[in-house]
Amino acid sequence: MDLSSINPILLLASLMVAATPILLAAIGELVVERAGVLNLGVEGMMITGAVCGFMVAVSTGSPWLGFIGAAVGGAILALLFGILTQVLLSNQVATGLALTLFGLGLSALMGQNYIGMKAPSFPDWHIPLFGDIPIIGPIVFQHDPMVYVGLILVAAAWWFLHKTRAGLVLRAVGENHDAAHALGYKVVRVRILAIMFGGACAGLGGAYLSLVRVPQWTEGMTAGAGWIALAIVVFAGWKPWRLVLGAYLFGGVTVLQLNLQAAGLAIPVEYLSMSPYLATIVVLVIMSAGRAPGSLGRIFHASR
Amino acid sequence: MTIKSILAGATLALGVASGAMADSHQTKVGFVFVGPVGDGGWTYEHNQGRLAVEAEFGDAVETVFVESVPEGPDAERVMTQMALGGADLIFTTSFGYMDPTMNVAAKFPDVKFEHATGFKRADNVSTYSARFYEGRAVQGLIAGSMTKSNIVGYIGSFPIPEVIRGINSAYIQAKAVNPDVEFKIVWAYTWFDPAKEAEAATVLIEQGADVILQHTDSTAPQAAAQAAGNVVTFGQASDMAEFGPFPRVSSIIDNWSPYYIARTKAVMDGTWTSTDTWDGIGAGMVGIGDITDAVPSDVKAAAEALRDSLADGSYHAFTGPVNKQDGSAWLADGETADDGTLAGMNFYVEGITGDIPQ
Repeated sequence: MDLSSINPILLLASLMVAATPILLAAIGELVVERAGVLNLGVEGMMITGAVCGFMVAVSTGSPWLGFIGAAVGGAILALLFGILTQVLLSNQVATGLALTLFGLGLSALMGQNYIGMKAPSFPDWHIPLFGDIPIIGPIVFQHDPMVYVGLILVAAAWWFLHKTRAGLVLRAVGENHDAAHALGYKVVRVRILAIMFGGACAGLGGAYLSLVRVPQWTEGMTAGAGWIALAIVVFAGWKPWRLVLGAYLFGGVTVLQLNLQAAGLAIPVEYLSMSPYLATIVVLVIMSAGRAPGSLGRIFHASR
Repeated sequence: MTIKSILAGATLALGVASGAMADSHQTKVGFVFVGPVGDGGWTYEHNQGRLAVEAEFGDAVETVFVESVPEGPDAERVMTQMALGGADLIFTTSFGYMDPTMNVAAKFPDVKFEHATGFKRADNVSTYSARFYEGRAVQGLIAGSMTKSNIVGYIGSFPIPEVIRGINSAYIQAKAVNPDVEFKIVWAYTWFDPAKEAEAATVLIEQGADVILQHTDSTAPQAAAQAAGNVVTFGQASDMAEFGPFPRVSSIIDNWSPYYIARTKAVMDGTWTSTDTWDGIGAGMVGIGDITDAVPSDVKAAAEALRDSLADGSYHAFTGPVNKQDGSAWLADGETADDGTLAGMNFYVEGITGDIPQ
């Protein structure tokens, strides 16, 4: 075993990168669930975002436009879910699962001509001043911009949910849609907007994989990241800041276990491989999960 | 209600239409894939084999496939579905499908099964595999010659004989040309997860590896190496030529087409019997992709000489003296490994550090 071959600075730095796609997808789903909608289609929206982002980035040469395209793609797919569940009142669990399957197939179809192509490069930011601080600089302030976009989105979601009137309305809709409706709030409209926001975030998360982390398009490349994001929302008790903890913990232990393996640690690899899941669940459960939004997953119709 | 009834009607109509199109005289060949056909690696090449079967026999054969089938109970369900759907021959193309294949084969004695890389056979179950370790030997020679840090990173998928054989084969050749070489092995526990593979490659590079060998199916490690700039990689299962001439300096290419065509023909002729096929470079099942100019010419010549000697059988990739990891003797001087030991290989050769996960 040679632990000295692990560079802690590089380890912590790659932790932030590893956590970002999950964080992006999870913060979107958190807002959706706070509005009382359970969208199990995160994986499908992520992979659709990944392919949309890749296609736009390759054809325009701009990763930024790629991310916008990914958000739009994810939001459009989410809108489909919104119409089915909010207007046509279909079952949310079944529709969400279908959305995942649909997204996987659709993305494979859309991406057929893009296999093996290279994405335009998305350089890391070297934030002036902060980036030069020893140790902390390389860990926190020398990443690609999307790492910070993810954190800003979490902060914005927290602020929106807890400090704005619109956020209060959204939470009211999620807690008790009948009461919110009786007060004159547009339950369906609020939910569809939340669902589209969730889709856009999932799309960004997917595009982070196809444009930054991998970076290329391969079918099925999200490989379950959407499900991790869904689980983290629940274990984080629907609270934005715990979400960051969960995502970073998961990303961190994932990177750490690979590092330990490469360094030849004498712990059976099976335990190392399961460690990200275990660590994330244990910590978030110990912090005690929050209460699910009251109307989560229930179908709303004004006449009932 | 109207929408629902229209949809129901449409589904029914589709079902009737597709049922009517099926021709009972056609031979139906099913394929179960572990990844998506667009993975650019393992499953991509199996699908090329499927397309070759279609091209060869035209309308006489109908092929069906299901991609991204998890190894486990789901695989059994997919195979059962295929057998019930009238498949005459089913190729199950991943090691983890071994027990599901045996279970389903027992229930459908009239359907022929072909399981890739496994070792369990029955009257209606054949196994087939390619001697990828021959390709690994060529890669190991290039890897050992080209590493400057003397650290070669190896991304393993699952600790099964197939993968362990590849590690040993590559190590033996790397060690022969570079006694100081060290292998760092990371188990990804997946055949296909681009993000995780990229992560594993990055970790290995951060820990000093300047050559990456992969036994996972996506091209993500290639991209990670390219981003790092000075890291050598090899295409796995498929040529991955889009990453040449550097970092991808060569590759192992699986070529299943001749085998798939031959076995389909055997079913059509009624001559199919349960067999165990294990072909290598010589038979053309394993191809060595173009060795690019990024490789020094003397190394390239040595690699090609090794490839040719493996192909004509004058050299075996496991030729003694070779000791096991614990120092005990395995192969005496000049002795070559028998297929039985290779098929069930569960030990590292001497010099490799770390333990195989049990």
